[in-house]
Formats: sequence, C-alpha cells, structure tokens
Amino acid sequence: MAVARRGVHRTRWIKLQVFRYVTFALAGIFFLVPLLSMVEFSTRANSGGGRTLDFWKAIFTYPELIDWNFGPAPDASVNASLELALVTSVAMLVLLVPTMVWVRLKLRRLTRVLEFICLLPLTIPAIVLVVGLFPMYVWLGTNVSDSILTLGFAYVVLVLPYCYRALDAGLGAIDVKTLSEAARSLGASWFSVMWRVIVPNISNAILNALLLSVALVLGEYTVANNLLYNNLQVELVHLQRTSAGTSIAVAVASLLFAFVLLMILAFIGGRGRREFREEAVTKLGTGPVLGSAG
Amino acid sequence: MLGGRRFSLDWVGTLPFFAYVFLFLILPSGIVAVGAFFDAGNSFTLINFAHLSRSFLVKVTVDTVAVSAITAVLGAILGALLAYAIATGNPNGVLRRLLVSASGVLAQFGGVTLAFAFIASIGPAGIVYLFFQAHGLDYYSREIWLFTLKGVDVVYLYFQIPLMVLVFLPALDGIKPQWREATESLGGGTWHYWRHVAGPILFPAFLGGVLLLFANAFSAYATVNALINQGAPMLSQQISNALSSEVGASEPGFAKVIAVEMIIIVTLVTVLYTLLQRRTARWL
Repeated sequence: MAVARRGVHRTRWIKLQVFRYVTFALAGIFFLVPLLSMVEFSTRANSGGGRTLDFWKAIFTYPELIDWNFGPAPDASVNASLELALVTSVAMLVLLVPTMVWVRLKLRRLTRVLEFICLLPLTIPAIVLVVGLFPMYVWLGTNVSDSILTLGFAYVVLVLPYCYRALDAGLGAIDVKTLSEAARSLGASWFSVMWRVIVPNISNAILNALLLSVALVLGEYTVANNLLYNNLQVELVHLQRTSAGTSIAVAVASLLFAFVLLMILAFIGGRGRREFREEAVTKLGTGPVLGSAG
Repeated sequence: MLGGRRFSLDWVGTLPFFAYVFLFLILPSGIVAVGAFFDAGNSFTLINFAHLSRSFLVKVTVDTVAVSAITAVLGAILGALLAYAIATGNPNGVLRRLLVSASGVLAQFGGVTLAFAFIASIGPAGIVYLFFQAHGLDYYSREIWLFTLKGVDVVYLYFQIPLMVLVFLPALDGIKPQWREATESLGGGTWHYWRHVAGPILFPAFLGGVLLLFANAFSAYATVNALINQGAPMLSQQISNALSSEVGASEPGFAKVIAVEMIIIVTLVTVLYTLLQRRTARWL
C-alpha cells in the first residue's frame, strides 16, 4: 500500500515537473523572442543580407532625435526626455521627502490621506488626466512658458505612486522620530535633520525612487503625445514611419539604458546589507520600466 | 505658549505638497468631471452624455470592452498557470526570484517599445514571420492582423500575463499542502481536490485578477496607439481624437464625457476587485 502510494506521488511529481518546465519554456519564448527580435531587426543591413550597425550609426544623423543643446528649451527629443527625467526626479524628491518625514513626525493622522492621494494617480488613467491637463497647458503655454520641460509638472504626478511606495518602505525601516529628536536636541536645524540625518539613512529608498521616476519619464508617451510635445517616445513613433530600423535601434538603446540604471542600483544597493539589495530588486519589480503598461 | 497646541501650525509644512497635488491632480480631474456637464458656450447641459450614443462611439466602447475582456481572461488563465508553475517550485530558489522580478518588470513594460518589439518579431518584416513564411506558413495570408484589434489582443498579453502572476502568486502561496493531504485521507483524488477545495478557495483571487487585468487593458493608450495609427479603435484613442481634433474645439465637452465614461467603468471594476480581495483574504 505504502509503495503504491509512493508510486502515485512519484508519477504526480514527474507530471508536475513536466508541466512546470514546459510552461517556463513557452513563457520564455513568448517573453524573450520579441525583445531579442528588436536587436536582430536593428542590426540588419539597409539593403541585402548580413549584420551591420548602420541603423545604430544613423541615430546621430537625426537632429530631431539627439543634438548637443542641453539648454532650458531642448530641440531634440532625447535631450528633452533626459532633462525631463532630471527635472521630474528632483522636483519629486523635494516635494515628497520632506512632506513624508513631516507627516511621520508631526501629523500622523494625515498618513492615510497622504497615502490615498499619492496612490490616486494609479486609478486615474493617464489619458483621462490629460483631458483635464489640456486646458491648463494651453494656459501655461500662452502665459508662462511653452517649453517641453513644463511636462515635468504632470510627470511628478505620474511618478508619485511609485516613488511614494519606495520612500515609504525606506522611512518605515528607520526610526524617523528618534533620529530627528536626537538631532534636534543636539541643536540641528530642520534642514540639517533632513539633509544630514534622514536623507543618508534612506539613501537606498531615494535611489529606488529616482530610478523609478527616470524609467517612467523616459518611457512616457500618453501625456506628451496628447499635449503635443515631442519627447523621446513620441519622436520614436514619428521616426518609425521613415526608418523603422533606426527607431527600433533607439528603443533598444533606451531599454539598455534602463537596464544599466538597474545594474547601478543593484550594485550600489549591494554594498549595503543583503536585505537591502533584495528589497531593491523587489521594489524594482513594482515600478515602471520605460512607461507604465499601455 | 498661549494656546500652543490648539493653534498648531504644523500643517503648514505639508502645504507645498498639497498645493501641488491640488493644482496638477485634483484640478485636472475636476476639470474633466465638471467639464462633461458644460457645452462650448459654458452653459450647463446634459447633451454631452447623449453624444455617447453616437454609433461609432458605441462600437468603439464595445470593441474596447471586448479587447479588455479577452486579454483579461486569457491573461488570467495563462498567468495563473505560470504562477502555479512558479509556486510549486522551491520557494527560496533562484528561479522563483528571477521569474518574480521579471514579472514585475514585464507587467509594467508597455507603450511604444512593446509595440516595436512585436513589430520586429511577428510583424510583416519581423524575423518570426519571415521564418514561418520561408517554411510555408504565411499567417498574414488573409490580413496583417497585427495592426488590428486581434494584434492588440496578442500584444496586451505581454503585460497582462506577468501582472496576473504578481497578483495570483500570493493566493497560490496561501494554499496549504495539508489541505491536499486532508482531501486524500478522505478518499478524494486530484479532481476532487481542485473541484471542491483549491478551486473554490482560489476562485475569488482569480476573478479579482481578471478584473484588475480588465481595468489595466481598458485604460491603456500608448501601446495601441503605437500599433494602430488609423481609425482610433480604442476608447482611449477616441478621447485623444476628441481632444485635439477640430471637432474637439467646437465640442470641448466631448473628450471629457468619454473620459467620464472610462472613469466610471474603471471605477466599477476596481470596486468589484476590492470586494473580491476582501473575500479572498478570508481564507488565504
């Protein structure tokens, strides 16, 4: 009886393992083939067969894609997206970190409200938000500035949920109250508490939040396209009609860029304690990589 | 010292944040919600809602619901199978951590790059298509379906399946092996176990996953717009059209009222999802 029972378990175990590895193989094909195909497509020769880097070299021949003007009014879309990523990340940190610390220290009853508001952009589709932003940006464009960098105002809202979660995890891991009371009793100003006590203690969480917002901004399409600004993704769609190969090369390059950022994060996080690195990896998993889905 | 506690000025510290959020999140939402009730002459009207019954918009709404439902159900089934394959492995293994991290990344991988990935692979000039064509299987012999709603179904699965894995895996982890042993000691086989024990427990979580995936697909814009640039077959694209076209200028309420329609549907689905989550939490 016991032997027969073990036999049943054994066949069931084998069936399960077959099912598992067939599933993993099929999933591997479905998820990897499209990504690898982009590399294949972007290294085709313009005419005839063989592998070349023609499409990759061509990236620098499109002034609407990339140039050396990194000023306040960038013309090229790569420059614009990079500057937007910078502006958005800095604005997000300046806005969110002090507020979250302050609520933890002095206004605990606002915790739920703050969380609700920060997660709200997840439930409002970007395309709906754009409808409301449209008249505001028309006004901004005529009265303040029509620079593409004004998109940063909207992007801070889009990155809010992801950054809130990353920073909340970081602040939850340290004793904000004790740390700041200790610093205050030693005569530190609130600015010093923030800059020299809190920020160094949540540097991993800040790095997470930064990476998430950079990835989201570089992949953002919906808001820019509908507010009629040419950021990287909007330009890629235009470029696809004239040179599919080059546009796909740029798409691969931006994916690689996001991947390098991810490695940097894992590397810097890896210098800390082991738990922190794992946390960084799982946190990455909850954020956008080159734009939220859709 | 005078009345220090009562007239605390602590809230001033949060003012910049709340002012910002009011300006760039609450105000635009309000513009949409209120604007849906006003016409071009700024007088109150319900006529915008009547425009929702325009035949092309009804068709687009039905199509969008269909695409969302198909990708939600298919994504949920395939995602659940993948999650099961992951859950039955070593809970601390490298493979599991790799697959969960990959799911987290892929669930958010959408937009222009995703559309490009499918164009470069199964598109009419893609390596997969060329391979199949060379071996006598021309899957575009009737129409190039990648650039129709059928193509959208396939492409959306790329982020729907990983999202289901993320949502469903915790439910599967909550299943206790003792339940299976209990079933067996009572004489039940595999079928009984799934039909009477694991199935009913997992079903609310599964249904919740379907709803979340539905909302996810329903509000998507970038992927489909990079894939199909004519005809605006999805509701999100109709919003975009109504916003920027000539029609939009003469009917400012039109884009807003479609946006309200979208919000209502997404909110309904999200509320149902939350209710199901509570039911799931009872057992797992």
